[in-house]
Amino acid sequence: MKIISSLIALASIATVNLAHADINVGVIVSATGPAASLGIPEKNTFALMPTTIAGQKINYIILDDASDTTKAVTNAKKLIGEDKVDAILGSTITPNSLAMIDVVADAETPMISMAASSRIIEPMDAKRRWVFKTPQNDSQMAIAITEHMSNSGVKTAAFIGFSDAYGEGWWNEFSKIVEARHIKIVANERYNRSDTSVTGQVLKIISAHPDAVLIAGSGTPAALPQVALKERGYKGTVYQTHGIANNDFLRVGGKDVEGTWLPAGPVLVASQLPDSNPLKKSALAYVNKYEAAYGAGSVSTFGAHAWDAGLLLANAIPVALKKAKPGSKEFRAALRDALETTKELAGAHGVFNMSANDHLGFDQRARVMVKIEGGKWKLAK
Amino acid sequence: MDLQIALLLGQDGITNGAIYALLSLALVLVFAVTRVIFIPQGEYVALGALTLASFQAGKTPGTLWLLLGAGLAVALIDVAGSLRSGSRRRIPGVMLWNLGYPAAAAVVVLLARPVEWLLPAQVLLSLALVVPLGPMVYRLAFQPVAEASVLVLLIVAVAVHLALVGLGLLFFGAEGSRTTAFGDASFQLGSITVTSQTLWVLGSSLFLIVALYLFFGRTIYGKALRATAINRTGARLMGISTVLAGKLSFLLAALIGAFSGILIAPITTIYYDTGFLIGLKGFVGAIVGGLVSYPIAAAGALMVGLLEAYSSFWASAFKEVIVFTLIIPVLVWRSLTTHHVEEDE
Repeated sequence: MKIISSLIALASIATVNLAHADINVGVIVSATGPAASLGIPEKNTFALMPTTIAGQKINYIILDDASDTTKAVTNAKKLIGEDKVDAILGSTITPNSLAMIDVVADAETPMISMAASSRIIEPMDAKRRWVFKTPQNDSQMAIAITEHMSNSGVKTAAFIGFSDAYGEGWWNEFSKIVEARHIKIVANERYNRSDTSVTGQVLKIISAHPDAVLIAGSGTPAALPQVALKERGYKGTVYQTHGIANNDFLRVGGKDVEGTWLPAGPVLVASQLPDSNPLKKSALAYVNKYEAAYGAGSVSTFGAHAWDAGLLLANAIPVALKKAKPGSKEFRAALRDALETTKELAGAHGVFNMSANDHLGFDQRARVMVKIEGGKWKLAK
Repeated sequence: MDLQIALLLGQDGITNGAIYALLSLALVLVFAVTRVIFIPQGEYVALGALTLASFQAGKTPGTLWLLLGAGLAVALIDVAGSLRSGSRRRIPGVMLWNLGYPAAAAVVVLLARPVEWLLPAQVLLSLALVVPLGPMVYRLAFQPVAEASVLVLLIVAVAVHLALVGLGLLFFGAEGSRTTAFGDASFQLGSITVTSQTLWVLGSSLFLIVALYLFFGRTIYGKALRATAINRTGARLMGISTVLAGKLSFLLAALIGAFSGILIAPITTIYYDTGFLIGLKGFVGAIVGGLVSYPIAAAGALMVGLLEAYSSFWASAFKEVIVFTLIIPVLVWRSLTTHHVEEDE
């Protein structure tokens, strides 16, 4: 009896030690609901991430928030309270990421968001100290579009976007900087992701005769206005946002989306980058790994944001391990400090140079202009 | 806004309105016969369209597995029920429809390479996969609680909706699809161009509405459905099976839904969750008709389509607000003009 109880005691000590040796990473993605087209490739990406870093076993605990803000917060609390995670990666979309900030800051756990809005990391305060993100800010992409517009002689532009946070965010960025380039906005329209017709909006845009139209939508729903514009005989240039950068968009849009311009992360055209580009190697590494696992042509830029979040973490963990043991408050603080001092780390989307005030750390190497030609993404020279 | 734009918007509104009208008819039908407010009506739209799109992309649609699974579940329940009640005569029929038919469909889909077929054959095969799901869903979800209150039936309908949307995401992924048009021809009508697909939508809607009218007025099954709708107990006393009536109404609802999806798939991109909003707009139409009147429901749905088209031109950001706010004055008007009878539950 005594032997058995001491064995049990030994075993329990052993499991406690084991638990301490592992690093637990909580992952929250929107794999179902309206943001599923972004969340699914992200979820797929986590299956490809390294399971040991610096000799430590990494456990990824992946939860789905169904694109729902409340669920994201509940998941974050569960990961922190029950699974004692050392870091949280997520969520996929901006509203969910914003809602999670309070939770992770209270628990002093670093979080890396995969959502686009700059509001997630700005303005820097005591809470956002704990928050990082990997996608380019919308403003970076909006600057790329307006720059391209004015360089190609566009004088008047029309805007049509999703009637949600994505479309509104783009409208704010775009309308703010477009005036400085002496481009006049002649129409501003909204539509829903699930709309079956945009005839009304498109007719209004065409009757305003813009030189160019910017469509701010994500995934295949962004094809609908462009197809409708083409149907009604619009001849000007069409710009899209980086939200469309997956191959399903090309499948649904077909020949109607030929000649579209969009800004995107370099990973979209990784194989066309010049060899001198520092991102070619790191972006291709992700593309090859993803397509080896899920089939040729399956890669999307959204999954690459998750990959970058994993890279940041893998880069910071060895530094933090020198200071403290995983599972402790000190380790989480060390991890945060290490993330903030990330320097010249080449990911799939750009080169990270973090600082106390910039928890994204991208420069203009993180975006390229891409044109759709012959049903393919083509890097603009 | 000149005349041409007004005409184009009108054409767009009528096309969408025709689809909403079809769905509102299905909703009225299902509610009248079974008292179910059929939230998943729109799901058949998405399932029908995406099944056809899968065939055209050379893939095996997930609806096939759903049909096999649902058929198996129905067969197990019905066979067990027959054995318990000792009515073994029914067993061969149950097996034939719920196991034999899906298996035959699976053989055709997996071996006959539908991607090479002509469009009408693909459409028929898509309908053959999706439509039987109607009665199967009725058997699994609603028949066991057929006598429950409207509220319970509504909650079951919401559960079925969530389950079907989830399965749709699993089968078809988050991104949308389009199918090839029924024809490339287009016609010049005054100053506007009418595509043949628009004519298909309008023609098919009219045809279905007339067919439903004849079905209810001239056939014994249609009359049985009407009898059940008017008085369930009375109909039962006359020897009309309410189970059969329920299954028949769900079969028609699934047929209307799936066919509507196939009609609009070449015009717009269909996603796994597109159906809900289309169904909801049909529902607004059905509400205008008080969930009892077919012609008023169809007219209401047509009005929703037109309102949507014109409001998307004038104030696109508020389009949905305008359409769904419409339901409030209609409800006020209806509650003031109609005599309300408290349902005894």
